[in-house]
Amino acid sequence: MLRDALLLQLGYNATLVAIGATLLGVAAGCTGTFLFLRKRALVSDAVSHATLPGICLAFMAMVVLGGDGRNLPGLLAGSALSAWIGLLCMTWLTRRTRLAEDAAIGAVLSVFFGFGVVLLTVIQTMSAGRQAGLESFLLGSTAGMLRSDAVIIALGGALSLALILMLRRPMTLVAFDPEYAAARGLPVTRIDLTIMGLVMAVTVVGLKIVGLILIVALLIIPPVTARFWTDRSDRVVLLSGLAGGLAGYVGAALSASAPNLPTGPIIVLVSFALFALSLLLAPGRGVLAAVLRHLRFQRRVHLRQGLLALAQGQPIYEPLTLRLLRRNGLVRADGVATETGRARAAKALRDEKRWEIVRSDLAHEAVAALYDGLRDIETVLTRDQIVEIDRRIGGPQGVAT
Amino acid sequence: MLQLATRDGSPAPAAGLDHSPLAIRGLTVSYGEKPAVFSVDMTVQPGAMTAIIGPNGAGKSTLLKAALGIIRPLSGQVTVLGRSLDAQRARIAYVPQRASVDWDFPTHVMDVVLMGLNRELGLLGRVRAWHKARAMDCLRRVGMQDFADRQIGQLSGGQQQRVFLARALAQDAELYLLDEPFAGVDAATEKAIISVLKALKDAGKTVVAVHHDLSTVADYFDNVFLINTRKVAEGPVSEVFTAGNLQAAYGGRLATAQVDQLSALPA
Amino acid sequence: MSGAEFVPLSLTPLLIGICAAVACALPGNFLVLRRQALIGDAISHVVLPGIVVAFLLTGVISAWPMMLGAAGAAVIAVILIEAVRRLGRIEPGAAMGVVFTAMFAFGVLLLEQTDTSSVHLDVEHALYGNLESLIWLDATGWASLMDPEALRGLPSELPRMALTLLAVCLFTWLFWRPLKISTFDEGFAGTVGIATAPLGLALVIVAAVAAVAAFDAVGSIIVIAMFICPPAAARMMTNRLERQVAWSVVFAVAAAVSGYVLAGYGPLWLGGADAISAAGMIATMSGVILAVTARFGPCRTRTGAPVQG
Repeated sequence: MLRDALLLQLGYNATLVAIGATLLGVAAGCTGTFLFLRKRALVSDAVSHATLPGICLAFMAMVVLGGDGRNLPGLLAGSALSAWIGLLCMTWLTRRTRLAEDAAIGAVLSVFFGFGVVLLTVIQTMSAGRQAGLESFLLGSTAGMLRSDAVIIALGGALSLALILMLRRPMTLVAFDPEYAAARGLPVTRIDLTIMGLVMAVTVVGLKIVGLILIVALLIIPPVTARFWTDRSDRVVLLSGLAGGLAGYVGAALSASAPNLPTGPIIVLVSFALFALSLLLAPGRGVLAAVLRHLRFQRRVHLRQGLLALAQGQPIYEPLTLRLLRRNGLVRADGVATETGRARAAKALRDEKRWEIVRSDLAHEAVAALYDGLRDIETVLTRDQIVEIDRRIGGPQGVAT
Repeated sequence: MLQLATRDGSPAPAAGLDHSPLAIRGLTVSYGEKPAVFSVDMTVQPGAMTAIIGPNGAGKSTLLKAALGIIRPLSGQVTVLGRSLDAQRARIAYVPQRASVDWDFPTHVMDVVLMGLNRELGLLGRVRAWHKARAMDCLRRVGMQDFADRQIGQLSGGQQQRVFLARALAQDAELYLLDEPFAGVDAATEKAIISVLKALKDAGKTVVAVHHDLSTVADYFDNVFLINTRKVAEGPVSEVFTAGNLQAAYGGRLATAQVDQLSALPA
Repeated sequence: MSGAEFVPLSLTPLLIGICAAVACALPGNFLVLRRQALIGDAISHVVLPGIVVAFLLTGVISAWPMMLGAAGAAVIAVILIEAVRRLGRIEPGAAMGVVFTAMFAFGVLLLEQTDTSSVHLDVEHALYGNLESLIWLDATGWASLMDPEALRGLPSELPRMALTLLAVCLFTWLFWRPLKISTFDEGFAGTVGIATAPLGLALVIVAAVAAVAAFDAVGSIIVIAMFICPPAAARMMTNRLERQVAWSVVFAVAAAVSGYVLAGYGPLWLGGADAISAAGMIATMSGVILAVTARFGPCRTRTGAPVQG
């Protein structure tokens, strides 16, 4: 069953949903990256919750006008409109009042959603509202989706993606360094608005599949995942789209393969699994790598400090330092330096003196910037340069003074 | 009790580790993989004013914050007045950088100064008239008594700095640690602050400040501590604040013109 | 409106709504000032997996295990957010977004996998609660307030919410000064003997307790709205923290009362028959209050002198 699902063998609708979810995942992943790089990830939470009153009002308007309230394009247009109003309210609150962005996000999110719930209960009292099924927009629902709806979603995903591809360069520039972008003459405000427009587009397209409460996950989790693997912003966009697409595809397939596996939550959980793996295992920024690196670094610092203390005949208080010196055969159990210990200590002290010269000499400014107390001087200077520095220090230096 | 200070302004005799108001041994602090402060020893002389100077990014503020336990060091020990930092917190007053807080916070000047009395007030102690009188006295010492009811956001940068100093005065400590107290303040404030600090010294207190203006070091301070990730030099201004040491601390970053300006100093 | 109608039908939901609103608004003041407003958002989302797990473990729908489960989920969420933020070096907003959406999705999945047809447990309930149903059937009028027999029939949500409110008030009163100092200047707070890290965690836990107690009765929308809107509106009214907190309580009560009344009686006045969601209406009213204060409040703009360059 799962194999069939992954190979898109579960019928036309399921296939369309899977394609739609994949496109949506890619579009959301890419769009979310720009938000994430702008440190405004949770703005999308306000946008998505703010869609609810629009959906309800669109439904009511369509019923009043004598149409079918459940017309998807109509509902989506309504949701986009109210998301836009929510965004305007949020911007106004942060610009014109003393509220910080997080409070403005929370206020818009809860008030719009609350008002949406009020409207939902109003609709339930309408004669046409009994079977409106608008609740499905909260958590998404792909079961019993109309074919035309699936086509709309797939088209919407593709369209957002095309827009991102067209605008990726200016958007990356603005997300990465807005001031530089402004200096280059890019219309930063308008590009920011475009990013928000894309967020809205992704939200609206995703309403039917993952629902308005969880759509924000598709915008946040993939960029965060991608960030672990690279430091370059254009690659973050790419990887994030990849992670989002993968989550969308696998999630949609998984949920089609068995009952009681709601599409939205499954996509989010697949996405989260990718995130958790990256958090732990990514080579550069991953936790495992960082812990190992930190331990190694701490040992190097302690060892170096211990050697310097030995060279200068100072007492060593730190137990960890003593333990490391002992383990490396640099001091005896009673804390007295061994032969190697003395030699290494003398070398450490001499290197410090050499660094001192390097750092006070304008000619070595580039090298001096590399100083971190640990780096071996041989790795940054040529033998000749070291000899020259040694001459400035003067005759051979004793081990301890 | 402790033996504090010579009160005539001359540098105090070198105090041992045990009695120094602030003694740091082998302190290393690192953000990520690059140490901001590496293996630094520092022994602050009691009853004197010490400036911590060094180029931007040399670890001046980091040293201060690690000494206060605000940042956790990778290694090293800090003793305050001969005992561990935690045992002596009540005897330290700290003046953070002005930019480190949100000045739009809903509170007024008097309230901020009363924060300095937190230890005495405890969890539920009521603020009495004499607490307010003391806070007002501290405000008077920094020339801010007329601003007690102002919202803190309405003050100028220099006034905010003086409020922070008044809050530290309210703590009535032995050791005052200040992070860039003169950064971005007007001339009047600078004068007011320095006279308050000198008065503290005359009362036998110890003052340590991160400082960035080399031209005023000799006028304001008794001792200097030169740092650039590592300690470069430490001691009385007259001995340590030399062109050679400055060159060592600032490297290529100190313009020759600046060195010339300071060339009145012993080479 | 007579007591015979008001007391059994409206008194208890109204009181519960007020207690919930105030219990959330009090810690909300500090969360807003600490730029942690969205912690409330995160907590209210993770309540769902908490109660579902509690239900799966105990097999019954009963208040205390579910509250424990929800509180546990809130604490786990806070720890996870901190862990993701520190370990992954990710900005707090994104870290929150990752954690609470994943936990919420997990909750929904668990719910779908569980047979809950026999019990009243669904996503909608967690989102907007059911304030209207918390009626006091044993009451016949104001006199019932003195009648021990009738009092025994009070919905258990009322004493629970009142107790929570009391605990929140106690916490705020007891730790008022440390909370204020550490919210203003965390580095300094550490040097005057305030344990800032445990206090910060305690604040979040108190907020979580308030959220968990409130969600059961009123759902999570009110919880988020009350954490943020009344304190945010109060911010526009004054430059003193004491007065800000007082204003936030006033606004929370005003939103609860006006929201409940409008939801219960508004449709009747308009000629409709059924009532509309009280929780949603309370959230909406808190938004209206915020909008009015943001437009006309005496202290609505920033005062801070520009931070030095």
